[in-house]
Amino acid sequence: MNLPVIIKFVIDLLAVLLLALGIKGLSKVKSARDANRLAAFAMSLSVVGLLSYYLGTSGIAIQSWIWIIIGSIIGSLFGAILAKKVPMTSMPETVALFNGCGGMSSLLVALGVAIFPISGGQETFDFFKSLINEVSISVSIFVGAITFTGSIVAMAKLQGWLSTPGWTQSKVRHFVNIVFAVASLIAFFDLINGNTSSIWLLVIVSSLLGIGVTLPIGGADMPVVISLLNSYSGIAAAAAGFVVDSQLLIVAGAMVGAAGLILTQVMCKGMNRSLVSVLFGGSLSAQSTASSGSGEYTNITSCSVEECALTLEAANKVIIVPGYGLAVAQAQHTLREVTKKLEQNGIEVVYAIHPVAGRMPGHMNVLLAEADVPYEQLKEMDVVNPDFPATDVVLVLGANDVVNPQAKNDSSSPLYGMPVLDVQEARTVFVIKRGMSAGYSGIKNDLFDLPNTSMVFGDAKKVLNDLIGELKDLGVGEK
Amino acid sequence: MSFISLLWVLLLGSLLGLELIGKVPPTLHTPLMSGANAISGITMLAALTLIVKAEGNVPLLIIGSVSLGFALFNVVGGFFVTDRMLAMFSRKPSNKK
Repeated sequence: MNLPVIIKFVIDLLAVLLLALGIKGLSKVKSARDANRLAAFAMSLSVVGLLSYYLGTSGIAIQSWIWIIIGSIIGSLFGAILAKKVPMTSMPETVALFNGCGGMSSLLVALGVAIFPISGGQETFDFFKSLINEVSISVSIFVGAITFTGSIVAMAKLQGWLSTPGWTQSKVRHFVNIVFAVASLIAFFDLINGNTSSIWLLVIVSSLLGIGVTLPIGGADMPVVISLLNSYSGIAAAAAGFVVDSQLLIVAGAMVGAAGLILTQVMCKGMNRSLVSVLFGGSLSAQSTASSGSGEYTNITSCSVEECALTLEAANKVIIVPGYGLAVAQAQHTLREVTKKLEQNGIEVVYAIHPVAGRMPGHMNVLLAEADVPYEQLKEMDVVNPDFPATDVVLVLGANDVVNPQAKNDSSSPLYGMPVLDVQEARTVFVIKRGMSAGYSGIKNDLFDLPNTSMVFGDAKKVLNDLIGELKDLGVGEK
Repeated sequence: MSFISLLWVLLLGSLLGLELIGKVPPTLHTPLMSGANAISGITMLAALTLIVKAEGNVPLLIIGSVSLGFALFNVVGGFFVTDRMLAMFSRKPSNKK
């Protein structure tokens, strides 16, 4: 062992340790920000380790430096610009985009090695070694391609650039995807048999598989898919680690892959969905329209913003239930103004955050934090649920399925068993909503029929703005 | 590195990943996902290896460079976006208390 090898070994070890500490730290509010920086530092450390190793052993050609610099500058620049510019509301699709590019990177590495076998690492030809090499290249390409196309489709769907085509809700899609999967398998075995050109078949069919699997999945299940794809990109990185013989890549990739799986599991639990039904069940709305078609509302009370303001003024305790509609309307700042006024009047305001409110767990927290809502006022479901009976007014803003009492009362409902916020226990519930359309699940919300529920129709931002005006007229928040 | 020891590395890395994330408050799910996602851009090391070992093979240099670009887009963007989200959390408690 010579010096460069030892140095690289020490740096790699340190980087793994720091990355692990980083992921660990990211799971606690207090340490999260430092942990993120620690992980970023560990990543740059690993680059320094790798470059110094090559400088100390084989040297790095000028030509290589040029291409390294070109790639780094362009990639980093676009990444940094997008990260700074993107609005907080489109976080899920941004993560999906970044994730897809990670997958693409693994794919390209494997493809490069497959077309132009690199020297070093595999000097002596050995059947077992070349088999391992081919398997890891195939896995890297397969998973990398699925991650890339899947993430891009997920991003496009979240952005609204892509809708769910009708045929993907029929059984045809299973047939199509099975064809793609079988074709991938054929390409894989062909590749191992020494037919290098079948690598292109593998690239194409695994890309198509990524599209075919993601396309049928509906809006509410999207976070689960993104989290799963995030896990895949870790697996792709680990596979690339086998391709270039790097322990660091394997450890880091495996960590991300495993952590992503856990997170996916957590999200599925919050929505009362199994991973299998998310992946193969298609969009929830397509199934449920058939099963609970009797979705007629009989007892809707609608009221004006003025009434809503009057009730709020008289309240002692108000709970806000934000949902995706709030994010779409970009109304978080307006909401904050309303609650500020209420607080100035001595009214206790709390925000109830359902684990899957929005399109990603934690989406609402991020959004409300952006609008300067104090962290202490955000309450998780289990904490806030016992408080509803003692609450005067609940404001439901753009949330639907997460406040549907059917999940508790109606065992025939597709939502049955999903943990929900017990808003109906409060004295008065105002639901601010654009119309009577159903939530993602496409299921009728029994809450709207209850006598203590009033609907305030309109765009969340506009209603909240009107509310500010009404509250002002009542003199709320001016003392 | 023998294949078997690389498999051990894979196994232990996966176990570590499973253990690291036990209890995460829902608040941190999005930042955690985004942070972990940035780490998966570690394939940039594989891309670097490819470029260094290309030995003047221009197509390979280009593939490596594009791959490096994608990976760094993932890494830099991922960490920045995570930091942006977390900055909004950490500001409030320190101001209030």
